Amino acid sequence: MPKSLTPRLAALRDEIHGYAKEFGLDFFDTVFEMVSYDEMNMVAAYGGFPTRYPHWRWGMEYEQLAKGYEYGLSKIYELVINNDPCYAYLMESNPEVDQKLVMAHVYGHCDFFKNNFSFRHTNRRMIDDMANHATRVRRWVDKIGVEKVEDFIDRTLSLENLIDQHAPHIRRNPDPQRAEEEAKSNERVEGFKVDREYMRGFINPSEFMDSQRKRAEDEKQQRKRFPERPQRDVLYFLLEHAPLEPWEVDILSILRDEAYYFAPQGQTKIMNEGWASYWHSTIMTRRALRDDEIIDYADHHSGTMGVRPGAINPYKLGIELWRDIEDRWNKGKFGKEWDECDDLRARQAWDKKLGAGREKIFEVRKHYNDITFIDTFLTAEFAQQQKLFVYGFNDKRNSWEILDREFRKVKNKLLTSLTNFGQPIIEVVDGNYENRSELLLAHKHDGQDLKGDYARETLRNLQSLWRRPVNIITRYDGKGTLLRYDGQHHSEKKVEL
Amino acid sequence: MTLKIHQDHSRFKQIVRGKIKANLRKYVQKGEMLGKKGKDAISIPIPFIDIPRFKYGHKEQGGVGQGDGDVGQQLGPGAVEPGDGHQAGQGEGDHALEVDVTLEELAQILGEELQLPRIERRQNERIVTQKVKYTGVNTTGPESLRHFKRTFKQALKRQIATGTYDPKMPVIIPTREDRRYRSYKLQELPETNAVIIYMMDVSGSMGDEQKEIVRIESFWLDTWLKHQYKGLESRYIIHDAVAREVDRDTFFHTRESGGTMISSAYKLCRDIIQADYPKSAWNIYPFHFSDGDNWSADDTRQCIEMLRNDILPQVNQFAYGQVESPYGSGQFIKDLREAVGDTTNVALSEIADKDAIYASIKDFLGKGR
Repeated sequence: MPKSLTPRLAALRDEIHGYAKEFGLDFFDTVFEMVSYDEMNMVAAYGGFPTRYPHWRWGMEYEQLAKGYEYGLSKIYELVINNDPCYAYLMESNPEVDQKLVMAHVYGHCDFFKNNFSFRHTNRRMIDDMANHATRVRRWVDKIGVEKVEDFIDRTLSLENLIDQHAPHIRRNPDPQRAEEEAKSNERVEGFKVDREYMRGFINPSEFMDSQRKRAEDEKQQRKRFPERPQRDVLYFLLEHAPLEPWEVDILSILRDEAYYFAPQGQTKIMNEGWASYWHSTIMTRRALRDDEIIDYADHHSGTMGVRPGAINPYKLGIELWRDIEDRWNKGKFGKEWDECDDLRARQAWDKKLGAGREKIFEVRKHYNDITFIDTFLTAEFAQQQKLFVYGFNDKRNSWEILDREFRKVKNKLLTSLTNFGQPIIEVVDGNYENRSELLLAHKHDGQDLKGDYARETLRNLQSLWRRPVNIITRYDGKGTLLRYDGQHHSEKKVEL
Repeated sequence: MTLKIHQDHSRFKQIVRGKIKANLRKYVQKGEMLGKKGKDAISIPIPFIDIPRFKYGHKEQGGVGQGDGDVGQQLGPGAVEPGDGHQAGQGEGDHALEVDVTLEELAQILGEELQLPRIERRQNERIVTQKVKYTGVNTTGPESLRHFKRTFKQALKRQIATGTYDPKMPVIIPTREDRRYRSYKLQELPETNAVIIYMMDVSGSMGDEQKEIVRIESFWLDTWLKHQYKGLESRYIIHDAVAREVDRDTFFHTRESGGTMISSAYKLCRDIIQADYPKSAWNIYPFHFSDGDNWSADDTRQCIEMLRNDILPQVNQFAYGQVESPYGSGQFIKDLREAVGDTTNVALSEIADKDAIYASIKDFLGKGR
């Protein structure tokens, strides 16, 4: 089980810690633990946490990691949890230079976790909560049986991405406004105030009263239409309205909690990995490296930064962008004068000796997420330097190919792939569809069709929670399509959008 | 030491195993999985172990990449990461996860499902073989084991340290001291040896479909016998009117048009056994596949004679599989049944089509010999 650091490594940690502070990094206390390689694989399979609820997919993850390591394809160097204190793991078989690099990298992450706005609402006691989740799930397993619990988790996981990715924080209580309106709708219809009782029949004739009552009733019905506005947190909607048993509610809320906890990490992957890489590189090359470690450091660092043509390496893209921003703000390559300068030579030689780069990147790491980061700071020059391109599948040649190197297109494609964490945006639009308690979801189509077989399979899982027929409106080949699963059969029909 | 994850891991393996078991009959009939074979493991598509989500098809989506190349240039295979998650299915609509299963595990599953008995070894003589295990890196060793990356890294370090590295002309020359070698240990492994001698009729009447059946069936026979014996050899004989020994590839891809003389194959089989596989040291398994047509009754008589006198006394089990073909008379199995059908170390099986492979494997391996 995890061990504390050897005196030698503890001394190294203190050294790196000192450099991190010196450069102005600001982080929670960080606890490093030593693990063996299969412990590392285990912790990684659990998403960084020492304890998770029992489920086979951690085992699948573990198998893949262990295999990757054995075949020499991959090796996990660094693992850190957003928690207060932060927990990070060091693999005991690694050489010293790697340990130093990892520590420096970890301090970068911890600084990011503490300061970036996306993480402001994350649970900083998650390590305890994960353990509690595990206990709760185990208790249900003892009570209900492993098969049933596992099956429910499988089905719920299928809906795990249906949360409001950009909600500032997880919503736990029912909407107070709604409760208020509900109370109001129960007020009795009284008609106009009557001073003299004998006038009542004239002031509030019975036809009028009937029609008023009917209108109130209609309004109530109208209000009963739920949700009133499309709701993107589908899991929350299910928690509130699906006919679930108490244990199912408990497990669903656990999975939703965890999904919200991990969401900010998905939204800041490029920034966060880039930031940590920027700092390990800065700390190592400016301070921590001994002469005889340079080659091994360079070998490791370049391994992390390697790119393959059909993918974005967040470490590489991130670190380059941070460096680009630093450079631009050091030299004053921004603002009106810069934007309007179209003399290529002048642009290249541009240096206003502002020296504001460091300050700027610390500010940026606070207020941006991947989307706004890319949108604001990815310039045409940068895209060209980094040789970014858009690729797509060519059906005729049955292969992937480079489609475009035009800056606008590259940037747009990158932004699209980051929107909603690259997941389709799906909302609950009606929980009483066709007035038959059916569930209606809508896919906000943005040019990409849903993967059909996955969609049908997911509907099946959704139906098993909702227990009434479920529907989703989407678009296939440009035509509005309603997919439906009634518990036995899938069907599909064209609809007008 | 036990880790908490092991529970989840064994649960995952149990699920995979369950899925394989449930689909075993389908896998047995399928030839395509043979193509996905690695050295020790095979990739099996497991249905529905992936968790379905509302998501985009990756092919519609495309993405942004980084690197050289002109517009229109193809990206090499493996350059594009498949979708999100870890493993995507093979193409659209196919909803499967490729899982690596070791042949060892596969054999176990096969054994459990078909209730195959463990094979009784005829002789238990232990033959020890040696296996090389690479354990680390050393400064001495034979040139064939030189570790290039480590050697050059060492040389680079030395050159930088001594100031002889010129970044403008980055030439690295390792000296004797820079060289690094993989070091190894010899491990002794006990083995029990066995040989399979495959024989197949490749005359005109054996069509592609028949050969496909033989190919699939021999894969499963191999897998099971490998599971039982560590040192398994295979030999391949094809025959029409004459027999010759070939390599595995030729065995499965030859098509002749001549007549059929089964005795020619049996003769060669007998000679191979006599030359290379003394009974005292080897477990011997001849498997013969044909469509049941033989040239003449006289040749069949010769076959039976050779079986009785030369082959059966030497082997653990002789197996004959008759693959149904529209052209064959299917007479041969009847003759064999009559002549040697009662002999304990003879297994006969009729294979009507791919669906019958499953049962036929049991015919062959069910005796535990």
